[in-house]
Amino acid sequence: MDTLQLLQHYWWFVISLLGALLVFLLFVQGGQGILYAIGRDERERTMIVNVLGRKWETTFTTLVTFGGAFFASFPLFYSTSFGGACYVWFAILLVFVIQAVAYEFRRKPSNLLGERTYEAFLQINGIAGALLLGVAVATLFTGADFTVDRLNIADAGGNTAISRWTSPWHGLEALADWRNWALGLAVLFLSRLLALHYFMNTIDDETIFERSRRRSLCAAMPMVVSLLLFLGAILLSEGHRAEADGTIVVEPMLYLHNFAAMPYLAVTLAAGVGAVLWGIWRGWRGSRKAIWWSGAGTVMTVLALLLSAGWNSTAYYPSLADAQSSLTIASSSSSEFTLRTMAYVSIAVPFVVGYIWWTWRAMNSRRMTRSEAEGDEHLY
Amino acid sequence: MNDFLQTVDWSRAQFALTAVYHWLFVPLTLGLSVMIAIMETRYYRTGDEELKRMTKFWMRIFGINFAIGVATGIILEFEFGTNWSNYSHFVGDIFGAPLAIEGIMAFFMESTFIAVMFFGWDRVSRRFHLAATWLTAIGANLSALWILVANAWMQYPTGCTFNLDTVRNEMTSFGDVLLSPVAVDKFTHTVTSSFALAAVVVVAISAWYLLHGRERLLAKRSIALASVFGLIFSLAAALTGDRSGAVVARYQPMKLAAMEGLYDGERGAGLTVIGLLRCEESRSSNSDAFHFKIEIPKMLSVMSYRDSEAYVAGINDLLAGNPDEGIMSAGEKMRRGREAVAELERFRQARDAGDERTMEEIRRKFDPSTEEGESFLREYFAYFGYGYITSPEELVPDVPLLFYSFRVMVGVGTLMIVLFAIVWWLNRRDRLERRRWLLWIAIMAVPLAYMASQAGWIIAEVGRQPWAIQGMMPVSVAATDIGSASVATTFFIFLALFTLLLAAELRIMFKQIKIGPDKGDDKE
Repeated sequence: MDTLQLLQHYWWFVISLLGALLVFLLFVQGGQGILYAIGRDERERTMIVNVLGRKWETTFTTLVTFGGAFFASFPLFYSTSFGGACYVWFAILLVFVIQAVAYEFRRKPSNLLGERTYEAFLQINGIAGALLLGVAVATLFTGADFTVDRLNIADAGGNTAISRWTSPWHGLEALADWRNWALGLAVLFLSRLLALHYFMNTIDDETIFERSRRRSLCAAMPMVVSLLLFLGAILLSEGHRAEADGTIVVEPMLYLHNFAAMPYLAVTLAAGVGAVLWGIWRGWRGSRKAIWWSGAGTVMTVLALLLSAGWNSTAYYPSLADAQSSLTIASSSSSEFTLRTMAYVSIAVPFVVGYIWWTWRAMNSRRMTRSEAEGDEHLY
Repeated sequence: MNDFLQTVDWSRAQFALTAVYHWLFVPLTLGLSVMIAIMETRYYRTGDEELKRMTKFWMRIFGINFAIGVATGIILEFEFGTNWSNYSHFVGDIFGAPLAIEGIMAFFMESTFIAVMFFGWDRVSRRFHLAATWLTAIGANLSALWILVANAWMQYPTGCTFNLDTVRNEMTSFGDVLLSPVAVDKFTHTVTSSFALAAVVVVAISAWYLLHGRERLLAKRSIALASVFGLIFSLAAALTGDRSGAVVARYQPMKLAAMEGLYDGERGAGLTVIGLLRCEESRSSNSDAFHFKIEIPKMLSVMSYRDSEAYVAGINDLLAGNPDEGIMSAGEKMRRGREAVAELERFRQARDAGDERTMEEIRRKFDPSTEEGESFLREYFAYFGYGYITSPEELVPDVPLLFYSFRVMVGVGTLMIVLFAIVWWLNRRDRLERRRWLLWIAIMAVPLAYMASQAGWIIAEVGRQPWAIQGMMPVSVAATDIGSASVATTFFIFLALFTLLLAAELRIMFKQIKIGPDKGDDKE
């Protein structure tokens, strides 16, 4: 493996890790989606919104950094997917915009739209945000309708578009593939499960604790079913892979072969799924620490899945319109210079993770109580 | 106009709309975050509870603006992909890096510590809280650094070379991108002017309290800080703005000529202080461009080149060329650009025909390590973007918009310096409260400051037209071809959403100010 290939693999790992952390942090969305199911009165909802509200920025920032890192390291994906599947991406953006203001404006006097409207914004984001992100990520396995020819740019006076979307639905066609729905639903219910475990961990209230514990199975069961359906479908279906000369070939059961070729990913996936299942069990048994198991398991599972989509010469964005247009980490990455420059910057990532962790611990060292939700300090 | 050109216009409108709304909130948070950190530092040192109350009040104002700034910011980032997909491929290798670094280095810092800043008063130590407040301010301003570096690169693309195999520009020097004169100037000017704007807002809200005889101590202390802060940074904005003139003259002469309504280049060119432009059809030279104007002789030459006799190019020079001054005509640049584009097209045909020999021949032309390649890249590919321009007139940005925006920005900026100086002096002598007219002026300065701030971005972005990347890629090639109806639809969705959120934000802000520092989060 030469330096460029090493950097391409490294940056796919960084992207995958950011994606995995993002899915974990979607517990904020999950919690918003079940705001009324767990928070039955205003005080309970205030407690829930405030423990989530102290983390929404981190989720938001991870999404922005995920996008920025994708742009920087694999710009051809950014230009192809965002430009082509623009309806889906715009929908995702809109539900995140209304989330951002909802936290800050919800309890403010004279907020124009009323508290219930902002809570509705949180719920829309909680459901549509997680679902659509899951659907969008699923297309990394199931493919999309596009063609790519960089030299189209030479067609002065004609159509210079390098990436062209061949479906008039601009991304919405992904909703016609049940496998994309399966991952979308898995992410949605996973985010709810994580949120319930998070509430059990951070809110000092027996009613909310018990309600969260009981409801965790309701989130876990559809999550496990939809995830298994997606995994089964992906492992058994064909995928796009690049030959040594860059030619794309279609290979049956490609992702299964990938896990066989990279057993460390298979182990990570198995350990991740196991940790999530153990977290579900621990949560059901009333452990406040279930979030750490389900959270760590989520990160490992998503990391292994995303790595299997890009490593081993796999086309991480298969084209359904023209197989040769499929994007691999080799065909779509930035230059060696840029990847190396950013790799130096990424040395700061452990430091960033360190201070996030430290701050998280400092802020969550004391659980949210009812009296705190009634206080006159800054509240969401 | 065909559908694609309409798409380009709608995409420009959508990006402009998002940027305008985004920039309503960001400059306030950039400056306010620093002022809050200073207030809290004073509280930390003195233990004065009134300073803590003051810090918390301004923090609340900060929070209201911050959320909506973040919300509009994410749309801007993703619009590079959704609306400008060719752009994203063609320069993503360079442009993407600052965005990624912004996320890793600045956004996480900001988002992590802002939670401590708002909710950590009783959860972490005073020292930790103060550090969190400073880190939030540093994070906010660091994020401004990276996005402004990216924007500066669009104004002055440097530190890169074209790679024929990947058909894109690739970074060759991160230092050149980060420390280009345009990047340094853009960051310093934008941040200092944002600090000044934030100071205007703090002075105005405090003035409102004084007018109503409320929160007098908080208001006076806030004015004491904000007027000094504003004076320092509005002076700094003037200095960095002066440097901007010199930078624009060197790297974007058409922008400067349009800003000045300068049609014929001159030695010892004067700077127009005020003037009234004639309609477009009547403007063809310096003699018929204005109904009237007042100018400072030789000042434009001095500002542009630090030489009272320096030659400043006009619009006509840049279009028709001026061999005496070494200025190439737009027509010649277009001819060379077309040749560069044609070579790419020939490469495509050779690739499709499997003609390796021709491909190799063209590769040599694009190889900067050979003499032939170095010459072709310098003489022809340097004008690549001009190959898509169909008429030289396309190269002239909107002259009246630039001319008047520039005067609004400079005029208001000058007024701010005077206002801060007077307010600081009178507040220091404890005479401000009695000058009710001045307090009203301080309040009325807020919309003016925002107008000046927006005008600055109009100059930067409209002045770059028709380019997405100066000289390299026009907006018509950068845009995504997704159909004008699609972009028009999302434009109106964003317009409605942003306007609604702005109305809510303003209502909340006014209510918070009315309520004052105590119990601001309580519901009605």
